[in-house]
Amino acid sequence: MAHTEDEILAGLAEIVNEETGVETSDVQPEKSFTDDLDIDSISMMTIVVNAEEKFEVRIPDEEVKNLVTVGDAVKYITGAQA
Amino acid sequence: MSADSTRVAVTGLGTFNPLGGDVASTWKAALAGTSTAHTLDNDWSERYGLSVDFACTVAEDPLAQLSRPEAKKLDPSGQYAMIAAREAWADAGTPDVDPYRLGVVVGTGIGGVWTILDQWDVVKERGARRVNPFTVPMLMANSSSAHIEMELGARAGAHTPVSACASGSEAIAQAFDMIRSGRADVVVCGGTEACVHPLPLAGFANIRALSTRTDDPEHASRPYDVDRDGFVLGEGSAILVLESEEHAKARGANVHAYVSGRGMASDAHHISAPLQDGQAHAIREAVEDAGVSAKDVRHVNSHGTSTPLGDIGELQAVRQALEDETDQIVVSSTKSMTGHLLGGAGAIESLFSVLAVRERLAPPTINIENLDPETPIRIAQNAPVDLPQGDIAVLNNAFGFGGHDVAVVFTNA
Repeated sequence: MAHTEDEILAGLAEIVNEETGVETSDVQPEKSFTDDLDIDSISMMTIVVNAEEKFEVRIPDEEVKNLVTVGDAVKYITGAQA
Repeated sequence: MSADSTRVAVTGLGTFNPLGGDVASTWKAALAGTSTAHTLDNDWSERYGLSVDFACTVAEDPLAQLSRPEAKKLDPSGQYAMIAAREAWADAGTPDVDPYRLGVVVGTGIGGVWTILDQWDVVKERGARRVNPFTVPMLMANSSSAHIEMELGARAGAHTPVSACASGSEAIAQAFDMIRSGRADVVVCGGTEACVHPLPLAGFANIRALSTRTDDPEHASRPYDVDRDGFVLGEGSAILVLESEEHAKARGANVHAYVSGRGMASDAHHISAPLQDGQAHAIREAVEDAGVSAKDVRHVNSHGTSTPLGDIGELQAVRQALEDETDQIVVSSTKSMTGHLLGGAGAIESLFSVLAVRERLAPPTINIENLDPETPIRIAQNAPVDLPQGDIAVLNNAFGFGGHDVAVVFTNA
C-alpha cells in the first residue's frame, strides 16, 4: 500500500535522525540536506539506502543529486511508489 | 635533532576494555585481581559448533559514551578507540597544539572485523544495494587513526601499524620516534581491537591458540601456571598521549611517566611460533635505547598470553637480553585479567606499565594455582607487588604472529 506524503516525511525524518542525529522536527520539506541539515554525501547515501528499504522504492544514483531538499525526496519517493 | 636530545613524556591516558570503561575503574579492577573471562551470552557454540564459547568483552556499552549516529559510522574497534582517545586527550588537558605538530598512531591487528562480516551477511541475505555506504571507511584498518585525527585536528600524519598482537606497542614506539625525529610535538597513540566474533574465535581455536577451559572460563587465562592451555580472546583499546618534554613543560602538563626506549625485531622464522632470539634483540635494543642498565629494570609487563610455550620463552628472552641480571624484576601478565586484546594488547599493557611506574605497584597475575617451576623470573602472583621508589624502568613486551617483536621502556617522571 502506498504511503502518504506525510508518512514519507515522518519516515524520512526518522531515518535522518537515526543516521545523522539531526532532530526529526528539523527535517522539514524546505530544508536542504547539505546546506541546512549539514549532511555529507556518504550520509546522504545511507539515507537513500534506508529509504529504499523502508518505502520499497528504488532511487537511482543519478536521481540522488536532484534530491536537494527534503521536499524533493518526499516528492520523488511518493511518485516512485506508483 | 638527534634521537638523544628529546625526552618524550606520557601526558595523557585513556582506555575502554573488559576491566573498565576508563583508566580509573580499569586500574582499580586490575589491582583487585578481577577476571573478566566469561561464557558468551549467545548461541554461537550451539549454532556454529564453536569449541571455545568464552572471551573477555568490554565492561561497558560504548553507546553510553558515543551518540548513536557517531557509533553507526564506527566499527566497534573504532568506537573503543574513539572513547579511549577522548579520555586520553582530556587527561592531557586538551592541549593547544599546532595542527602540523600533532600526530596520531593507532594500530590494530585486524581492523573492522564486525563490519566486514556483518555487511557480507547483508550482501548475501538482502542484496548488494542494502550495503551500508560507510562499510569501507568503517572496515579499513586505518579507520581508528583517521577518525581520531579528524576529531583532534591532527595534521602531522596519522599512521596505522599492523603487526598482529604487537600493533599496539609498535604504535607507541612509532609515536616515540615521530617525536624524537622532530616530526611532531604531540602524538596520540595506542591500539584497538574488536573481534570477539565467531570467525576469529574459530580461527584462533583451530590454530590451537585458545584455552579450551570452557567449564571454568574465569580461570582460563593463567599465565605461568603449569596448567595454562592457551590465551583467552579479549577486546578493547588503550590510548596514550606522548609529548616532547619541552612542549609538556612549556604548558605545565602533568607527566605520568616517560617513554625512554624502544626496540624492534622480526624473527624471519615462523608465521606463529615465537623466536627467543628475536624477542631478546628487541628487549636489548629498548633497554639500550633508554640508556638504563639491566638492574634499573624493576618490572616487566609481559606479553604472557598463557600459552604453554610462549610464556616461559619470553622470560628466557628477558634473561638473555639482560644477561641474567633479573633478580630485581617482578613480572605481571595483565592478560590474566583482560584476556588478549590482540592489536590493543601492547597499548593497554603499556598503559598498565605507565600506571605501575607512576604508582610504584606491579598489578597481579591472577589464576596462578601452581607456578610453572620453569618460570625463571619472579611473578606478581595473584596480588600486586610494590615497586621501589627512586629511578626505575619498566619494560613492556608485545609479540605478534609473523614474528614481530616490540619492546618499550618506560621510566618514572
